Amino acid sequence: MANKRIDQPTGTPTVGHEWDGIEELDTPLPRWWLWTFYLTIAFAVGYVIAYPAWPMIDRATEGVLGWSSRGELAEEMSAADQARATVREQLARIPIERLPEDGALMQQAVAGGAAAFRVNCVQCHGSGAAGSQELGYPNLNDDDWLWGGDLKAIEYTLAHGIRQAGDDETRSSVMPPFAGAFDTDQLNALTDHVLAFSGKAESNPVGAQIYADNCAACHGIRGEGDRAQGAPTLNDAIWLRGSSREAIKQQILNPRMGMMPKWEGRLDPVTLKMLAAYVHSLGGGEDFVEVAEDPEVAVDEQP
Amino acid sequence: MNNPEDNRPPGERDWSVVVEDGIAKSNQPVSSAVADPSATTRRHEPHEPAREHLPERLYEPRKAVHNKRIDGPFRRFKWLVMLVTLGIYYVTPWIRWDRGPYAPDQAVLVDLANRRFYMFSIEIWPHEFYFVAGLLIMAGIGLFLVTSAVGRAWCGYACPQTVWTDLFQHVDRFVDGDRNARIRLDAAPWTWSKVARRAFKWSIYLFIGFWTGGAWIMYFADAPTLVQDFWRGEAASVAYITVAVLTLTTVTLGGFMREQVCIYMCPWPRIQTAMMDEKSLLVTYKDWRGEPRGSVKKAAKNPDQFGDCIDCTQCVQVCPTGIDIREGPQIGCITCGLCIDACDRVMDDIGRPRGLIDYATLEDCEREATGGAVKSPWRTLLRPRTIAYSMIWAGIGGALLFALGTRSHTELTVAPDRNPPFMLMSDGSVRNSYTLKIRNMESRPRAMEIAVEGLPGALMWTDTINRDEASATQRVTVPADLVRAVRAYVAVPVGTAPQQFEFRVTSLDEQRETDVVETRFDAPEDE
Repeated sequence: MANKRIDQPTGTPTVGHEWDGIEELDTPLPRWWLWTFYLTIAFAVGYVIAYPAWPMIDRATEGVLGWSSRGELAEEMSAADQARATVREQLARIPIERLPEDGALMQQAVAGGAAAFRVNCVQCHGSGAAGSQELGYPNLNDDDWLWGGDLKAIEYTLAHGIRQAGDDETRSSVMPPFAGAFDTDQLNALTDHVLAFSGKAESNPVGAQIYADNCAACHGIRGEGDRAQGAPTLNDAIWLRGSSREAIKQQILNPRMGMMPKWEGRLDPVTLKMLAAYVHSLGGGEDFVEVAEDPEVAVDEQP
Repeated sequence: MNNPEDNRPPGERDWSVVVEDGIAKSNQPVSSAVADPSATTRRHEPHEPAREHLPERLYEPRKAVHNKRIDGPFRRFKWLVMLVTLGIYYVTPWIRWDRGPYAPDQAVLVDLANRRFYMFSIEIWPHEFYFVAGLLIMAGIGLFLVTSAVGRAWCGYACPQTVWTDLFQHVDRFVDGDRNARIRLDAAPWTWSKVARRAFKWSIYLFIGFWTGGAWIMYFADAPTLVQDFWRGEAASVAYITVAVLTLTTVTLGGFMREQVCIYMCPWPRIQTAMMDEKSLLVTYKDWRGEPRGSVKKAAKNPDQFGDCIDCTQCVQVCPTGIDIREGPQIGCITCGLCIDACDRVMDDIGRPRGLIDYATLEDCEREATGGAVKSPWRTLLRPRTIAYSMIWAGIGGALLFALGTRSHTELTVAPDRNPPFMLMSDGSVRNSYTLKIRNMESRPRAMEIAVEGLPGALMWTDTINRDEASATQRVTVPADLVRAVRAYVAVPVGTAPQQFEFRVTSLDEQRETDVVETRFDAPEDE
């Protein structure tokens, strides 16, 4: 079949095959194309020498430049780490009480905390940090704090968790169950009294008496709560597990108590600081009440 | 189908006819336009060559253009335009313009890193790119206007390709001499002296190319600093790459490809042909006057037999694109008018009237050929089309200037938090969070007042202003020439229904610029 005749009008040989009367001219490539092609071959030779190319048994040939994508990533990561190193160093040095004084550093900390929050905290508290009333995860945007809402208190809660088994310093409180302690009328009266703190029901002497006997020790006479013990405030508008009568009754009879894991040891202290700054920045953060107590907080300027 | 001229021995088969299935297959090509449907089965046999020879090859190598030196009004105009355009190109980045301490002092600067475009007293932000788009539209319509009035004047005088080609042609002339010397040198074998000449010429090409690229990058950074950094090797790599690429393109396009760019690569000549009409001025050879051509001697011998053209081909020799204008208007003609200079000079020498090649409209040419009166140039330029283009052009320009003059340098955008949409506070009040972006387009820091309007009892504080200082208005400082993001918290008393309200930002300076954005306050609907 090979019949490489010259096609007369064009003066070009054919490729020597014929399909149903159709033949193909063996037109040579344009010169610039051909030279580009040779250039790519030359480039490929150089590339094979300079860069990893041939697959071997467990790795590829290394190339004289010693480049690898893994190495490049490592370099970029370390460059990014170095870019953050100054901020992290400063954060490590500054006590958290002094953080708000350094606006720029605070901003950096909030940004870093936001990133860490998205990785570690959103599973329970939600991506908007709004928590969940149904599941009892506290809302971190509001100004109601069970254990304190200044930077230091938040950092402590983050570090030691709440009701974390195996941590002696964890925040811990227990609401005793009152199932079987009251009859229905007593329970209704107590519920009314509790709701009356925030003006949602009429108070009554029976409820007041029961409250004074059983609850006031922790929750306070007027339901103002006690952060030292982690006893929730009952006279505000925020209810961790719901403000309906049923929810309150349930919480009196068989209280559910949440748990937050400790993050010390799992996250480094700088990340904890940044997280505390972020949570504080969500809109409900409180100022320090006790900063003046220790004015000589060591701000070590020398690392 | 037997060829009668075939002198084949009788009885031998005629192989030019292939019989298959009782049908003789012809070797003559059959056009599908006229063939009957069965003809396709009777096309020529594959092993036979096709019969028709194409008249010529489709590829033609470039014939180098060695244009002759000429002087005249059009050549001088071309010098002037070259001087002005190159002057603008090289000088502009070095003009200084004081904008105060917070902005660069370069009059024309495209600051890509900070996304700002400065042009004298105008500063454009990326979101105002429509100003640049408007300028481009004006440039487009300006080209329409010029083309419909005076043909391809852009191509002939102002196009960078033309200006740089002209420059390189002057370099050729400077190094190798005028037309004839250059033709001789081209044809000469490669002796050492030719190598030396070429090396010298091409290094001038490279020098020009380098300075072309070098001037370009000055528009994108502070010119004096960049020059220092560039020569110290400290400039950004993109600067070196840009200069290298532009050197290469300048030398390739201006030094070697030249008129081929205009004839084969550029789309503009094609578009222009659609925009020109018989009323557009263009460089025309008046064939009714010039033909038939004959030398002065012949014409003297046979008066009245020859036209004015003496076929001296001066018009061809001076042409920078190497065309013969006497063949009529064509795509290769960039209407630079150098052939007019050349022809007028010859006509003066031999004492015939000027203007055998002339700027004229085709309409005027016809009128002149039949002995009619020629319109004045003003009548030629002022016609409905050019007037309409001018008005559109001026209209867009006016609208852009108006927009530029009335634009606000203060702007506000508001993004309400959607997760969570609202927040119950312990005292029962409801809080919403917003991210405000306040744009300060002045090159100085400005104090701005943010106000909550149309939300009774609302108190606002921010990420930098404590809740203790909450109020319906807050004051922030926005840095010069930047957008500042402010987290704003707005709280309303118990029982406020969800509703629309407005944020207003006002600049606290003599400008009192203000911007209002309506947004929504979310609150629990029940209770």
